[in-house]
Amino acid sequence: MNEQDTTHPGSEVAPTSAHGTAVRLDQGHIVGDGGIPERFTNPGLPEHVERMADLDEAAARRAEKQVAALFAISIIGTLAFIVCYFAISLETTIFVPGIGETSASNFALGVCLALGLLGIGFGAVHWAKTLMPDEEVVEERHTLRATDESRDRVVEELTVGGGSSQITRRPMIKYTLGGALGLFAVPLVLQIAGSLGPMPQNSLSQTFWNGGPSGPGQDPTFVPLRLMRDPENTPIKAEDVTIGSVFHVMPQGLLPDPVTGDGGTPNLLEEAAKAAVLLMRLDEDLIQSQKQRDWGYHGIIAYSKICTHVGCPVGLYEQQTHHLLCPCHQSTFDVTQDAKVIFGPAKRPLPQLQITVDDEGYLVSAAPFQEAVGPSFWERG
Amino acid sequence: MNSLAARRRHPAAIAILLMLGLFLTGAVYAAIAPKDADATTKALPAQSVEEGKQLFLANCASCHGQNAEGRATGHGDKIAGPALAGVGAAAVDFQVGTGRMPLSGPMVQAPGGEPKFSQAQIDSLGAYIESLAPGPEVPSDEAVDPTKGDPARGGALFRVNCAMCHNSAGAGGALTRGKYAPAIGDVTSRHIYEAMVSGPQSMPVFNDANLTPESKRDIIAFLNTIDEQENPGGMALGSLGPVSEGLFAWVFGLGILVGAAVWLGSKSA
Repeated sequence: MNEQDTTHPGSEVAPTSAHGTAVRLDQGHIVGDGGIPERFTNPGLPEHVERMADLDEAAARRAEKQVAALFAISIIGTLAFIVCYFAISLETTIFVPGIGETSASNFALGVCLALGLLGIGFGAVHWAKTLMPDEEVVEERHTLRATDESRDRVVEELTVGGGSSQITRRPMIKYTLGGALGLFAVPLVLQIAGSLGPMPQNSLSQTFWNGGPSGPGQDPTFVPLRLMRDPENTPIKAEDVTIGSVFHVMPQGLLPDPVTGDGGTPNLLEEAAKAAVLLMRLDEDLIQSQKQRDWGYHGIIAYSKICTHVGCPVGLYEQQTHHLLCPCHQSTFDVTQDAKVIFGPAKRPLPQLQITVDDEGYLVSAAPFQEAVGPSFWERG
Repeated sequence: MNSLAARRRHPAAIAILLMLGLFLTGAVYAAIAPKDADATTKALPAQSVEEGKQLFLANCASCHGQNAEGRATGHGDKIAGPALAGVGAAAVDFQVGTGRMPLSGPMVQAPGGEPKFSQAQIDSLGAYIESLAPGPEVPSDEAVDPTKGDPARGGALFRVNCAMCHNSAGAGGALTRGKYAPAIGDVTSRHIYEAMVSGPQSMPVFNDANLTPESKRDIIAFLNTIDEQENPGGMALGSLGPVSEGLFAWVFGLGILVGAAVWLGSKSA
């Protein structure tokens, strides 16, 4: 097959005056002789095709009936909606193939509403496509720039207007107006800035384990706090924590009574979001870090449950591998290596809570967290 | 229809035949072999313990060792099977009763399936393991009766202790390196209780000091409630949350919109 003679639609360009032969676009890799076509030929608009409904009155009547039928479907759907709204009990459930057991009322109302809306929509579109005027119009693009005369006149009018208002001659008005308009932005900005609430101060760096409520401006002094089960709010004896166990822990005084709802700290959610702790017990020989062993109690160790990445609760403890997995972004911490990050986007190990036991054998905190829990923030570095 | 003929082609048929063969071999061996000294400390039915031991030797000992002392694979510190003294009858009933054990081959995690033993055989195996060292026992029917629990309290406990792995609707979820927390919707109440007590595979142990037996029953009541309650919204999309819901909206919602746009833009004939 002779390549030179084959033509593809759109592959030809207008011949240049110098050479007189077409340049093939699909032969661009051949070193040419610099003959670049001046312009492509305009393919023009496709020919207008008349619609059936414009040519044949029977087809037009058919289209009319179709549109009317779609609108009628909408009417029926809307009326059925009203009937279903009153007729179907909210408690009734039906089995719908593909959806399963579902509320009969929800299903019927949804289907009726869909028929009501889609009937109008499809009818209108079908009407527009078959019966409404079918003219093709070309709108030429023109430049947006106004003529030079118009532009000159606008400048002249502004200059004359400015002069007649005497703003140029009377600087006191000019500067006070500028000041008034400029200052008026302040109330708008002030409202937004003022509604941001108090600065966090040291509340990001301390938790309830520091000895009590740790919100902005509060500076608790450390007291040993018992480790309490979440949500039962009962203290934990060291002997209860068998190897392989995991306890979800909150500090003493934070949670309200689970039955009566009394007590608990005022800003419960903020405090709980910082103070949540996971308590585990490992075979002591598995723990590789001396600090981790010292801060624990015979292999019982407590770590912050707040991920150092963006603060999700890291609760997925695998008791065989001793991995702690964060469900949000799969950061994985190795509990045998002082909660070191072994996978995922977290950058820092989970902070460890130093624990010991009190006189009655209950686990208590021995010190607050030695670093801010949770994700990074500006001042933390 | 003859039920035996219908089940002849069942995939488990060969396994059951093999089990039966092994069991018979074990039984014959037991009949002729000299009796071991019985170190059982608790008053367990001797017949059951003996039968359990034979079952254990035939089906479990290749990984867990002749005396359930555990076996290493010889590759690093990997083990073929852990030591079983002290895991208790609850662990046996869960692992064998949910078809996780015997494991068909080395894998990341033992998948649940059809149990390969009858309940009587599982009880015998449990009695044998219990005779090695005491451990968590199979709970009574009353301890796992969902009608006696408080589903609201169980829900609160479930959301703190269980939902991060098993999903707030019990639909399960992924763990690290191919492991997963299974969906727990169709697990029997007894097996749920035993899983909490024994901590199978990656799951931590929730002993009675951590979650009291009443708390465990409340959790079972909660799971039973969410299993039975009707879903007025219809298709739950696996209760997996934004992943499956978003996928559904992107595929079907956007698909319909794209189709409508194409139809709107097409020329009518």
